[in-house]
Amino acid sequence: MKKQILDAISKNSRISTKDLAAMLGTTEQEVEKELQEMEDAKVICGYTTLINWDNTDCEKVTALIQVKVTPQRDMGFNKVAERIYRFSEVKSVYLMSGNFDLTVIIEGSSMKEVARFVSEKLSTLEYVTSTATYFVLKKYKEHGVAMTQESQKAGRMLITP
Amino acid sequence: MRDPLSKQIKEIEPSGIRKFFDIVSEMKDAISLGVGEPDFDTPWHIREEGIYSLEQGRTFYTSNAGLKELKEEISKYLSRRFALEYDPIDEVMVTVGGSEGIDGALRAMLDPGDEVLLPQPSYVSYEPCVVLAGGVPRIIELKEDNSFKLTREQILENITDKTKILIMPYPNNPTGAIMTREDLEEIVQTVLEKDLYVISDEIYSELTYGSDHVSIASFPGMKERTVVINGFSKSYAMTGWRLGYICAPAVILEQILKIHQFAIMCAPTNSQYAAVEALRNGDEDVASMRTAYNQRRNYLVKALRDMGMQCFEPFGAFYTFPSIKKFGMSSEEFANRLLKEEKVAVVPGTAFGSSGEGFLRISYAYSIEDLKRGLERIEAFISRL
Repeated sequence: MKKQILDAISKNSRISTKDLAAMLGTTEQEVEKELQEMEDAKVICGYTTLINWDNTDCEKVTALIQVKVTPQRDMGFNKVAERIYRFSEVKSVYLMSGNFDLTVIIEGSSMKEVARFVSEKLSTLEYVTSTATYFVLKKYKEHGVAMTQESQKAGRMLITP
Repeated sequence: MRDPLSKQIKEIEPSGIRKFFDIVSEMKDAISLGVGEPDFDTPWHIREEGIYSLEQGRTFYTSNAGLKELKEEISKYLSRRFALEYDPIDEVMVTVGGSEGIDGALRAMLDPGDEVLLPQPSYVSYEPCVVLAGGVPRIIELKEDNSFKLTREQILENITDKTKILIMPYPNNPTGAIMTREDLEEIVQTVLEKDLYVISDEIYSELTYGSDHVSIASFPGMKERTVVINGFSKSYAMTGWRLGYICAPAVILEQILKIHQFAIMCAPTNSQYAAVEALRNGDEDVASMRTAYNQRRNYLVKALRDMGMQCFEPFGAFYTFPSIKKFGMSSEEFANRLLKEEKVAVVPGTAFGSSGEGFLRISYAYSIEDLKRGLERIEAFISRL
């Protein structure tokens, strides 16, 4: 049941526990209990919304930064990752395999702001040896959802046998 | 001027659904819960394979019975899913949807006057196809009390010395009924005793909830006397690709192939390439769609019962078949008023045979949000009755 709840709320975190219970053929209490357990176990770490900021008046700039770091004795990459992810501008940090070590995803209100963050905060950190910044020009798909206007689909007929 | 039409075709009633569709299509803002096809798009990897086949210029006929690779994949699939063993060389044929299979099988097997046992409510094609093939349909009225299952007694009540074929429409459209292994045992025994043939329409075989579909052809002694019809429309959400298949003993299939050869030539080539991909890499898609249907099924049955409708629990396909008998209206009247007053389209049970009187077919091939909107209106409607 946990898996089915996670699948459902990963697509629609606003779904009511009442609807979830009906879909899974169980009671609301049971669903609430499962949700609570998963929140406590940090399986569910939060409930967010998928926003296409391009369709709003707000200016948002997303950048993906490849970071090379020198791992530290006993800490590996964790310590420096933590130093990075504590900044509120940083949306995501991943440890990577390959040519660089960390992927850092930054969101800011302008390119200037992101650039300043990289040059003043990120690249000056001890153990960070180099950075490469890539600005996102257009988001086509995020979190499994197409962000662009899809061409009008010819839908199903209203009644078919 | 002479009458251009055959007497036989004029006697065949147009599908009851057609009539209702004409009314619905004039309602611009109607919400429909009346559709008999998946709401999912065909999974992209399957569509992509169809596109690729066009890019590769695979735009020619295939052999009449279908692409060799596809027949081999069908054979493997039926073996792993339903314990059916068919030789891809002469026991599998690719058709234009399950519908062609129904027609072809009946035409290949019936002589004028042969009787066909046809359980109803069931899909709209069987009865006219039996008539067009020269057969005589003997309708078996399935009962809600018995979860719309077919019983040995019902066969025995309707059998005559002219009875040749039994149509097995399970998992069932429109009722959502299934036949379990135990249910099938007495049917198999009767079929063997009475020397009948079976046309088993298993198009919804991937959509059962709680237990896996059991094919009647998998029982000992049954493969020899069964024609299995299946396809890609429901399981892989591929209705528009028009692709199905028939599996039967070679002596029967050989004759069905003749009809197919002269009437159809072959199923669409790019659909066949896409279907190869579906069978090779589509098991997970089927499983995830099944999970989604099951959630909607739970949701819809509960909602209908909560608003006081009697609704038998369906374990297959994607339909519920609630009873509206307590409202004192015919199915058609109920469906028409629901459409006019609340702009919700559902299908009257009578579209699937007169034994569907007193029932509605409500489909759950819709998102939870769509179901919710439709259900709110249905509830508003019945609260006024």
